[in-house]
Amino acid sequence: MKKVYDSASAALDGLLFDGMLIAAGGFGLCGIPELLIQAIRDAGTRDLTIASNNAGVDGFGLGVLLETRQVKKMISSYVGENAEFMRQYLSGELELEFNPQGTLAERMRAGGAGIPGFYTKTGVGTVIAEGKEHKEFDGETYILERGIVADLSIVKAWKADPSGNLVFRKTARNFNPPAATCGKVCVVEVEEIVPLGSLEPDSIHLPGIYVHRLIQGQHEKRIEQRTVRKRA
Amino acid sequence: MGWDRNQMAARAAQELQDGWYVNLGIGIPTLVANYIPEGIEVTLQSENGMLGMGPFPFEGEEDADLINAGKQTITELPKTAYFDSAQSFAMIRGGKIAMAILGAMEVAENGDLANWMIPGKLVKGMGGAMDLVAGVQRVVVVMDHTSKHGESKVLKQCTLPLTGKGVVNRIVTNLGVLDVVPGGLRIVECADGVTEDEIRAATEATIVA
Repeated sequence: MKKVYDSASAALDGLLFDGMLIAAGGFGLCGIPELLIQAIRDAGTRDLTIASNNAGVDGFGLGVLLETRQVKKMISSYVGENAEFMRQYLSGELELEFNPQGTLAERMRAGGAGIPGFYTKTGVGTVIAEGKEHKEFDGETYILERGIVADLSIVKAWKADPSGNLVFRKTARNFNPPAATCGKVCVVEVEEIVPLGSLEPDSIHLPGIYVHRLIQGQHEKRIEQRTVRKRA
Repeated sequence: MGWDRNQMAARAAQELQDGWYVNLGIGIPTLVANYIPEGIEVTLQSENGMLGMGPFPFEGEEDADLINAGKQTITELPKTAYFDSAQSFAMIRGGKIAMAILGAMEVAENGDLANWMIPGKLVKGMGGAMDLVAGVQRVVVVMDHTSKHGESKVLKQCTLPLTGKGVVNRIVTNLGVLDVVPGGLRIVECADGVTEDEIRAATEATIVA
């Protein structure tokens, strides 16, 4: 079965529907599936729920789907960099479910691994714990969190081979592997598709079993906080 | 009177021990990396998926694929390792990180911490802070002792939504260092030129001897 597609819109063809749940990789603007996000904007799919650590910035990343009002709800841990997000949220146009960052990552990992729920200490005694099952193990209180299974995962990796084996680069790995595993279908964009056999099997970060469709493209890779030091 | 931001960071850096894996929060805690004492080797964890965080890059050497949890460009070290977010929080949740140094909006005498939202005003999110305070072995908070209006931020009870309940071990402020102990807070150290009485006057929380 051929996994490699010609464009982001071709790779998403037949997968998008209104009201769907999408899991997206990335941390801030680092390692985000920028081409697939633009293709979803072009497709005009509406009422999306998106599980993603952040919500992009105005005009880039998931911010472009907020501008077009395609997002109904975000499941995120931190949304502080996006003025349009804040405006829509405070005016009640956008739903927001805050998840602690580690809980969100583990919800994706668990969902992808067939684990419907797990107990964690994170959030005990806070608003996050409200309405959730509490359970004591060895004298400590934990809360039950659910695994996430998304209709679609959108992921950015550095390199792939045609069978979908993925290699990430530096901190651009972040949420991409857990997001990839939790989707019923996973579409991945990479900077380079390399020939079969050219990735070292011991060095593959995510095996191709999790990857259904693949595209290669040019990435802007915008830097959110350019911070430098002076040369001595 | 008291410590400035850099002096608070330098004081917090005295909490570090050789061989520790440590997570530094955004703001003053990030400055702690500049004051790691001579002879102490610590490995900094960045919760977006990195152990062995290096300094900021020289101009022209920034890499969009290499950032810290504050989204700032950084560099790697010879000992650096990268991993995904689930692995990152597995090591946090699993108690492998010795200490987190975090900022705070409010802290209470029972160790409660609030640092992620002000209802109706500031809605940014908790990021990894709730996971960190629940999972790491020791939590040190670095913060101003009072608000701009002079009100104590070291309280009997937090008024803002909590990040964690009973999670703080030590507080470093511009006025000094306090420990969370049974019954309240104990003054460990006064900042330069600050007296215990001045700390008491600026603290709403119960101070125990």
